[in-house]
Amino acid sequence: MNCQDTINQYMHEFLDEDILPEHEKELREHLLHCPACQNEFRELKKAIALVQSTSHIQAPDGFSSDVMAKLPKEKKKVELKRWFRHHPLLTAASLFIVLMMGSLISTWNQDEQFSVSKQPNLVVQNGTVIIPRGQVVTGDVVVRNGTVKVEGELQGNLTVINGENYMASAGNVTGEIQEINEVFEWIWYHIKNAMNNLIGVIGNNEKEQSLLEVAAF
Amino acid sequence: METIVKKRIKEVLKGDQNAFGEVVELYKDKVFQLCYRMLGNRHEAEDIAQEAFLRAYMNIHSFNLNLKFSTWIYRIATNLCIDRIRKKKPDYFLDAEVPGTEGLNMYSQVASDTALPEDELESLELQDAVQKEISKLPEKYRSVIVLKYIEELPLKEISEILNLPLGTVKTRIHRGREALKNQLRYV
Repeated sequence: MNCQDTINQYMHEFLDEDILPEHEKELREHLLHCPACQNEFRELKKAIALVQSTSHIQAPDGFSSDVMAKLPKEKKKVELKRWFRHHPLLTAASLFIVLMMGSLISTWNQDEQFSVSKQPNLVVQNGTVIIPRGQVVTGDVVVRNGTVKVEGELQGNLTVINGENYMASAGNVTGEIQEINEVFEWIWYHIKNAMNNLIGVIGNNEKEQSLLEVAAF
Repeated sequence: METIVKKRIKEVLKGDQNAFGEVVELYKDKVFQLCYRMLGNRHEAEDIAQEAFLRAYMNIHSFNLNLKFSTWIYRIATNLCIDRIRKKKPDYFLDAEVPGTEGLNMYSQVASDTALPEDELESLELQDAVQKEISKLPEKYRSVIVLKYIEELPLKEISEILNLPLGTVKTRIHRGREALKNQLRYV
């Protein structure tokens, strides 16, 4: 049996599914005539079949969670990022609120200085705005960080932000009077303004009542 | 599958640990199977398979995204198994005859870990016998045989996993088959 080594090599090539056609032909012809090699080949195939027959086993329950529990703790930053990714609506809403608050508060803080809307016959003295006795001021008056004394007549709305309003007995304001002293009222005022700008011209009676309305008497 | 895995790995690289959980879920059975056939013991296999995933996570930065993840995780697991086999080279074998007894080996001293219905017993006995024979193979033949016939991987991938030339893999498979043929002749 001097053929044994070559034929054995061919058997393995065949089992690797990597055999030249002429080698396969030679192997097949040899197997027809050689019972010893037939037996050899059969035993090889049997061994493979037995190995392959070992049923496929699965990882034990809880394998993945055990692995995950052993991993080093991930950074907080990443957890936060993932939370944001999984809750896009909440993220958008909270981002909106943060930006809104930020811009409003920064504008509030910027408004430390005294300011007043410009009307021809308003008198300004030491941070006090006076609507002089006997005079008629037309248009809306907005005063920031200052006091207002109404001695004459104002034909329009009066808004006092972070200040005080003194109404003289002879004073008269035809529109609404608003005093805004807290940040939230101030925000409310801004939102209302923005809404009014958005909606455009809407009848006065449709305007919402302000939180702190002072009777004009 | 590889594309999903690559996507998850990119997320892991950004630091998202949960993405790695999905990777583990996809490969746990294959890796556990490889370890079990290499080591022949469930507890050790679980231990080593978990270690393999842990190492993969720790070294995820060195993973080349152009390669297959399966090749990489198999390589880690195979190396860990071979290390384990070398470390615990037993000084006695369970199937060695217990001195002073006739035909009794250590297996008869070890309690079977599960109670089995009678009809399953036969096929499981055969599987145990085959597993025992696989465990007897030297580790360099065992790894190629397990990768080829249990994980059913192509020779080329086996050569990548083991970082060996294709010719060497073939030679080892041939020798492994010859050894198994002799061992399993009377099973």
